[in-house]
Amino acid sequence: MSTVTLSAPPTRSPRQRGLRRFLGNRLAVFGIVTIALFLIFCFLGPLVYPTDQVHTDLKSTMLPPGAAGHPLGTDDVGYDVLGRLMVGGQISILIGLAAGVLATVIGTLWGAIAGYVGGAVDAVMMRVVDAGIAIPATFLLLILSAIMRPSVPLMIIVIGFVSWLVPARLVRAESISLKSREYVLALRAMGGTHSRAVLRHIVPNTVGTIVVNATFQVADAILLVAYISFLGMGLQKPATDWGAMLTSGITYTYAGAWWLIFPAGVCIVLTVCAFNSIGDGLRDFFDVKGRNA
Amino acid sequence: MSVVEQAQGAKTKAPNGSRFWWYLLRRIGQGLIVILLVTLIVFALLHLALPEGPAVGVLGMQATQEQIEAFNRENGFDLPVWQQYLNFLGQLVRGDLGDSFKLNRPVADAIGQRLPKTLVLALISMLVALAIAIPMGILQAVRRGKLLDYVLTTWNFVVYSTPSFFLGLILVVVFAQWLHLVPAQAPQGDTVADVLAKPAGLVLPVATAALGIIATFSRYMRSATIDNLSEDYVRTARAKGTSVPVVIRRHVVRNSLTPVIAMLGYYLPVMFGGMIVVESLFNYPGMGLLFWTSAQTSDYPVLLGCIMVIAVATVVGSLLADIIQALLDPRTRGEFS
Repeated sequence: MSTVTLSAPPTRSPRQRGLRRFLGNRLAVFGIVTIALFLIFCFLGPLVYPTDQVHTDLKSTMLPPGAAGHPLGTDDVGYDVLGRLMVGGQISILIGLAAGVLATVIGTLWGAIAGYVGGAVDAVMMRVVDAGIAIPATFLLLILSAIMRPSVPLMIIVIGFVSWLVPARLVRAESISLKSREYVLALRAMGGTHSRAVLRHIVPNTVGTIVVNATFQVADAILLVAYISFLGMGLQKPATDWGAMLTSGITYTYAGAWWLIFPAGVCIVLTVCAFNSIGDGLRDFFDVKGRNA
Repeated sequence: MSVVEQAQGAKTKAPNGSRFWWYLLRRIGQGLIVILLVTLIVFALLHLALPEGPAVGVLGMQATQEQIEAFNRENGFDLPVWQQYLNFLGQLVRGDLGDSFKLNRPVADAIGQRLPKTLVLALISMLVALAIAIPMGILQAVRRGKLLDYVLTTWNFVVYSTPSFFLGLILVVVFAQWLHLVPAQAPQGDTVADVLAKPAGLVLPVATAALGIIATFSRYMRSATIDNLSEDYVRTARAKGTSVPVVIRRHVVRNSLTPVIAMLGYYLPVMFGGMIVVESLFNYPGMGLLFWTSAQTSDYPVLLGCIMVIAVATVVGSLLADIIQALLDPRTRGEFS
């Protein structure tokens, strides 16, 4: 054994090997770099490139890219497009991250409890998930937005509440196999409470599934924000997000105002691609089954 | 799902042949419970939207207090909430989805006129998408790790991450505005025949819907084919001298298709959810557009009627998917026999 290991490369822990796989995955690195650049662009950009995104400027509307002082042009009410991409991006990314995390927390707890308790409770809890999945998210979002006035916190809650179903199913499946492990049985034998078993043992052991899925949830949430805006139920001006920018640009497609559509659209596609590739990379890192490769 | 089902399956000590029927009965029972839960969600949403009941929506803003009270008494909206829910369930069982606030007609009529057109658009998009996605997935699996696989994987990855209305918009700009090949407007009309009479107008809506489906299903097909290519029966067939194309055609494709076909049943709600975007982008007169305009005018009975129709379709779809999978793949029958 010793003679063999002398010539073999130094052994690495599974985590180190996972990290190498993750960094070796060019897509995942692309994802992280892209997100970092977008965060700098959206949150630090306005400090370097301040623009008025509240008051309209009706003297300089629909200026094409390259116009004096407006590198990406202006929109139909005179907002600077480059500055608006930064402000809109803040909202899109903020809602995406918050809604993705919210969906993951709800789904994880729901799935872990259903799988751990089992029996009739599990059956009822999973039928609730089935019922939620039977209603398309866009339909539910439209109804909820029709009932309530759209705002950033509301959109986070609404998207979070329509997106927790898939993580709930995934975590439940793992929870079922984890609850009969020795360390959970030992905890119970020593008088540990059920909530301790779920929160300290079941949930931490599904962390791979949870983290991978959370990343995909963020990507999906950013897309859902765009869909809500497209369907006319998004934030009202002067607030905006990339989806709302893209949507208000649709009217001017035939006027040839490509700068009102493509910059915002490309921002959405790049961000969603980035989160999806980080998710793929993390799936290799944790070596779990998530979305189909 | 399977662990509990297997546990339940073990408990039902039915003779071998009838276990499939037990399984089927249990799945139908589950489906009915899911539909019941959907009615509960729908009813709760209706109450959240209209705590005072639909009187003002139906009678208009100018309705007097007496008119509203008379309407509520007549239609049972003065009863306790649980009784209203039971009445609502009774209506649904009779196939009565209520009356639209704005369209001046029963909800079932409005949906009945729009649903066939959505189904036609969805069916054409799905067939076109599968005709491309299945060969694409097989090709990628066979050429795994080669340039072609990378190009197609990247393409599907980007399409998957693109909002479908942005995708549709790009298609409109390129094929309608620049090249003038096809119209940007979907065909209008009341019946399916009206819509099918102008196939050129269907090209862009179908392409928009199909691109998204291709991105999803070619991924499934690729990974299912890769899994099957490493199976022992492939090596056996190759060892017996069967050529690679024949092994793929005769064995691998058949086995890889099973999970993909099963996916179709579960894909229904996603499909309907996507249709609302495609229909509102191209102004296609289907159920998605009906839902969208009803959301703009707060026509809640229509919104909830659409959701009930889709939920029932989804439950039936996933049931059919399970049955088809059992019929196509004898191994999955083992789970309940």
